[in-house]
Amino acid sequence: MNIDLHMLSIIGAAATVSFGAIGPALAEGRAIAAAMDAIARQPESAGTLSRTLFVGLAMIETMAIYCLVIALLLLYANPFTG
Amino acid sequence: MEATPLSPEILFLIGPVPISRPVVTTWIIMAILTATSWLGLRRAQVHAGYVQSALEIVVETLAAQIRDIIGKAPWPYLPLLGTLFIFLAVANLSAVVPGAQPPTGHLETPAALAAIVFFSVHYFGIRARGFGNYARRYLKPNPLMLPLNILSEITRTFALMVRLFGNMMSHELVIAIVVLLSGLLLPIPFMLLGILIGIIQAYIFTVLAAVFIGAGVGSVETT
Repeated sequence: MNIDLHMLSIIGAAATVSFGAIGPALAEGRAIAAAMDAIARQPESAGTLSRTLFVGLAMIETMAIYCLVIALLLLYANPFTG
Repeated sequence: MEATPLSPEILFLIGPVPISRPVVTTWIIMAILTATSWLGLRRAQVHAGYVQSALEIVVETLAAQIRDIIGKAPWPYLPLLGTLFIFLAVANLSAVVPGAQPPTGHLETPAALAAIVFFSVHYFGIRARGFGNYARRYLKPNPLMLPLNILSEITRTFALMVRLFGNMMSHELVIAIVVLLSGLLLPIPFMLLGILIGIIQAYIFTVLAAVFIGAGVGSVETT
């Protein structure tokens, strides 16, 4: 079995998504845990908290999305394999 | 299923312009939304009927949310942000209808929407604060931050686009793979999850657009 450029691209895409998902997953877990804690302490501020939480989660998710973009580029628009 | 998620399926040509299935879905969504609003508000009364009351509830809820985020009177921003949310919600939910392809699952529609948000941030910012004050925002903490501020403008618009596209596209792809593997009943929980994802993504896109506009107008301090 010879390793060619297509196979390397697929391996690269899988590695990109898998490793790129680790950091945002941990970060989103911590953010949600902190928000839950705050809502449990002050239920009346749940509206503001959840809106801010959504914006923050979207910002954190951006990192994972960049990884997704790289993986898609590798799979479907690879400049080397054409 | 199309060959790649980056190239949409072409249905027919108008002259040299290819028309893809997501574009036709967009037209149908636009027609449905316009017809609903027109028929519901054709004879608007103070003592509203069922349809008019429902539409007014939607508008009032959106206005209250926007007021909470921007912190000013929501009426200048409601036409843009409200239309954005309603269109995105319907477009994301159109994945459930057989034969329709959600336009947000292809790169073109999120790119166009993100470009609209990008330009409207500057439009509302300059209108609210004047050109000089608005341009000074980019020098705000320190003139050294100018390149970073410009870079953040570009990357946040790009992330806005790819977030919507990536979520919807990957959800479509997951359903296609599950259908390919197992057939009839197993995709249903994934499609239910897709409804949730669609609504949340529409909400996040709109909230982020509102936060960006609020930052441009100068009432919200964020990124």
